[in-house]
Amino acid sequence: MKGFFIVHLQALLFSLGQQLRTPFSSVLTIAVLSISIALSGLFYLLVKNVTHLTGQLETSNQITLFLGQHVSEQDGERLQRQLEKHRNIQATRLITKAEGLKEFERYSGFGDALKALNSNPLPMVVQVFPRLSLTTQQQLQQLLDELKVIPAVSVAKLDMQWVQRLKAIIVLVERGVLVLASILAFAVIFITGNTIRLELQNRQQEVVIAKLVGATNGFIARPFLYSGFWYGFLAGIFAWLMITGLMKLLQSPIEHLTRLYLGYQEVIFLSVMNSVILLAVSSLLGVVGAWGVLVTQLNRLKPE
Amino acid sequence: MIKFDHVSKGYAEVSDALVNVSFTIEKGEMAFLTGHSGAGKSTLLKLIALVETVSRGQVFLDGQNLNRVSEQEIPFIRRKIGLIFQDYKLLNDRTVADNIALPLLIAGYNHQDIKRRVRAVLDKVGLVGKEKSYPLSLSGGEQQRVGIARAVVNKPSLILADEPTGNLDPELSTEIMHLFKQFRQVGVTVFVATHDLSQVVESGCRQLILDQGRLVSG
Repeated sequence: MKGFFIVHLQALLFSLGQQLRTPFSSVLTIAVLSISIALSGLFYLLVKNVTHLTGQLETSNQITLFLGQHVSEQDGERLQRQLEKHRNIQATRLITKAEGLKEFERYSGFGDALKALNSNPLPMVVQVFPRLSLTTQQQLQQLLDELKVIPAVSVAKLDMQWVQRLKAIIVLVERGVLVLASILAFAVIFITGNTIRLELQNRQQEVVIAKLVGATNGFIARPFLYSGFWYGFLAGIFAWLMITGLMKLLQSPIEHLTRLYLGYQEVIFLSVMNSVILLAVSSLLGVVGAWGVLVTQLNRLKPE
Repeated sequence: MIKFDHVSKGYAEVSDALVNVSFTIEKGEMAFLTGHSGAGKSTLLKLIALVETVSRGQVFLDGQNLNRVSEQEIPFIRRKIGLIFQDYKLLNDRTVADNIALPLLIAGYNHQDIKRRVRAVLDKVGLVGKEKSYPLSLSGGEQQRVGIARAVVNKPSLILADEPTGNLDPELSTEIMHLFKQFRQVGVTVFVATHDLSQVVESGCRQLILDQGRLVSG
């Protein structure tokens, strides 16, 4: 058993030595591999960050009722009081025309444009916060339908809708990332495979001699498999550095952006678990690429 | 040790490399295989080393029918044979010691055993002090002795040599032949293909002569 480990350790170190002996081609291969892996990792982080953001939005279900222009402030207040008593409504908030104008001026930056108008064009708004017991889309839709038919209400909007659209988009993007990552994984396998094939070609003489003195395919394959492992592993490390470096670069603009729109939001980096998986998967892909080539090519290399 | 039973071998380009060859070499025997180049000497050795397969007939090695050997068994049969080549077939990017150690590494010997055996065989072939050298820095005779050391380090029961002295001058050839005789004395079967008739005659060993794929004497 001890001998078994020593033989593998020898092959592991020997294959690393082989790569160090041809630094230029090794670096090129590892660069291509790590870019492929880093792309997958970056897209993954992007989705993870956006998902995290929208996770917070989920709690902000609310229905906005835009009242008709003719509705007076008293009627609006009366409507608000009535809605407060509704069994499915937790709370309400009335935004008068004047308050609406103030908010609009503050957040939109179009305040000056509004001043040019003779009258306030903004409608009165009642924000309705449904009870938390209303969780399904169907229940919320029912409440929305109920509120729509109130004569004073001209438009009723469930703010969930855009959250749901966003979520649908995220699901789509997640799928896209999965597909892209799979394609890039295949790229990693093929690139490693091709590199190992070239190595095999360069060391053809050695392979043939080893076969003549009684080496099994397994013995000959071992250093090449470890070579594949090293390519994958080193590419994984460089990919990790690339991802982390890029996220560091993007961190402050992203945080600035999210602060403006959604309040403070911290950028998510690769977790320890993510990093371990990244290295494990990239190493595995390297081994798989090498293995695929060895299985098909090793039997073809025969003495003479 | 080796038995050929009505063996023929044809290639696509050469219709008959070997024609109906039958002979037996006993355990511990030393024999030469001679003939003009192209007479089929190399082909015959390749059949024993499982590099080629027969077209007709049967080859037995140590009682085992080589026609019935699976791809997976080939490496283990080759470990019983020490192969020596005219062009030495050394790994030029590895030291002498590493070259000689290759069959032991393949067979899974531990580090201490490998060191011990390599040292012993270096002593036997007269290359003590050269273990850290690279093959290309050695003379032809020395390189062939590295090849021989690699062939015998795993203590095979059969040594097959294909023109081992083909690239060497007569004096070095005599040295190499002397080494072969030493191996024979410890019970190893030695089968050497050569066109160097003077060495054969001098040795007084059995001679098998091939002519255009046919065994005409032996």
